[in-house]
Amino acid sequence: MQDEVYQVKLDNIFEGPMDLLVHLIKKNEVDIYDIPIALITDQYLVYLEWMKSMNIDIAGDFIVMAATLTQIKSKMLLPAHAGDDDQEDPRLEIARPLAEYLQIKSAAEHLAERSLLGEDTFVRIPGQQEFSADLGDEIIKVGLFELIDAFQKILVKLSPDERVLITAESVSVKDRISELVDVFESKESLTFDELFPKNAVKSEIIVTFLAILEMVRLNLIRIAQHIQTGVIRLFYL
Amino acid sequence: MENIKHIIESLLFVAESPLTLDRIKTVLPQADIQQISDALFQLSQEYETRKGGFFLREVAGGYQIRTRPEYRDWIKRFIQPTPPRLSKAALETLAIIAYKQPIIRSDIEHIRGVDCGGILRTLLERKLIRVLGRKQIPGRPLIYATTRQFLEVFDLKDLKDLPTPDEIESLGTGPSENPDETFP
Repeated sequence: MQDEVYQVKLDNIFEGPMDLLVHLIKKNEVDIYDIPIALITDQYLVYLEWMKSMNIDIAGDFIVMAATLTQIKSKMLLPAHAGDDDQEDPRLEIARPLAEYLQIKSAAEHLAERSLLGEDTFVRIPGQQEFSADLGDEIIKVGLFELIDAFQKILVKLSPDERVLITAESVSVKDRISELVDVFESKESLTFDELFPKNAVKSEIIVTFLAILEMVRLNLIRIAQHIQTGVIRLFYL
Repeated sequence: MENIKHIIESLLFVAESPLTLDRIKTVLPQADIQQISDALFQLSQEYETRKGGFFLREVAGGYQIRTRPEYRDWIKRFIQPTPPRLSKAALETLAIIAYKQPIIRSDIEHIRGVDCGGILRTLLERKLIRVLGRKQIPGRPLIYATTRQFLEVFDLKDLKDLPTPDEIESLGTGPSENPDETFP
């Protein structure tokens, strides 16, 4: 007869080593700052064996935790030197992250209990958005060269004096992305021209352009061009 | 006075997102902020007395008319299926970002002890979190923070309105302590 194993699928299997540890601590009803390390380590290793026999792929994280627990267990066996006050309890190495994890779990539960929009409470669904008419029209995806053309047009608009103006003040691309995200958060979509103020200096324009490219790469925005008008529009994703 | 209240009510009715006091003020320059917030308070009281289908909530820095949670089942029958509830893992990840922002992925994973890549993508897609930039350390990892959408979805006035988890102060020393990398 074939070696048939009764298999059970569990939805709520421990997601990571921390979940397993929390489970063991709750099961044994122990204080996280006073973990009976030998007991918990043994139970932890037994669970790993069970999980292996249940054909659950054990990620490396579980093994790392097992190593940490074993290491703490061995440290606990070493005699503490008298008068060595600053030697802290080796178990803190696991107690601290556990405490933090438990807090996050409780925070997540608090969040889930709130009246969630779209789940418990609803708002009037806004009708036509301003730019939905544009979306209905044909839009093509813009390539890098169309973007460069548009960029050139903006540079040409600059007056010649401004072109040679040297300013020390500079905005980093990172800061500009941050600013743009704020603008997009309130507007959802903007035309390419709107991003460049009329009196902008060249360095600002370049930083803005680089910021746009970076944002596209990070998948923060999508760029599309209207077929008839040629207007390039950026959509916040 | 009565008039101001009704004007504000009509604004709340058509507004697409939570209305801030300042936004109302630009529409109603003759009213001062105190009058506006008084009117909002009265409206809220009226809705509470009436106990109808909706109420006034202060979320994401503004005010919004929302349906009462007790009628969720009927609304869900009425409108298209809503996006699936966030999983426990997604909620935990979101909680870490909410409480520790700005934060990079490895710090999130350090707390949860598991990979978070897929979850971060889901949260980004649902606009609950956003990328603030890159941290200037090797590998230039992305920095994550929550969005205004997050405040709206979780019925929060602002980030200070987040529920205080049990004794979060006693810990304090998260792995993401980098004051010079903090964003406004």
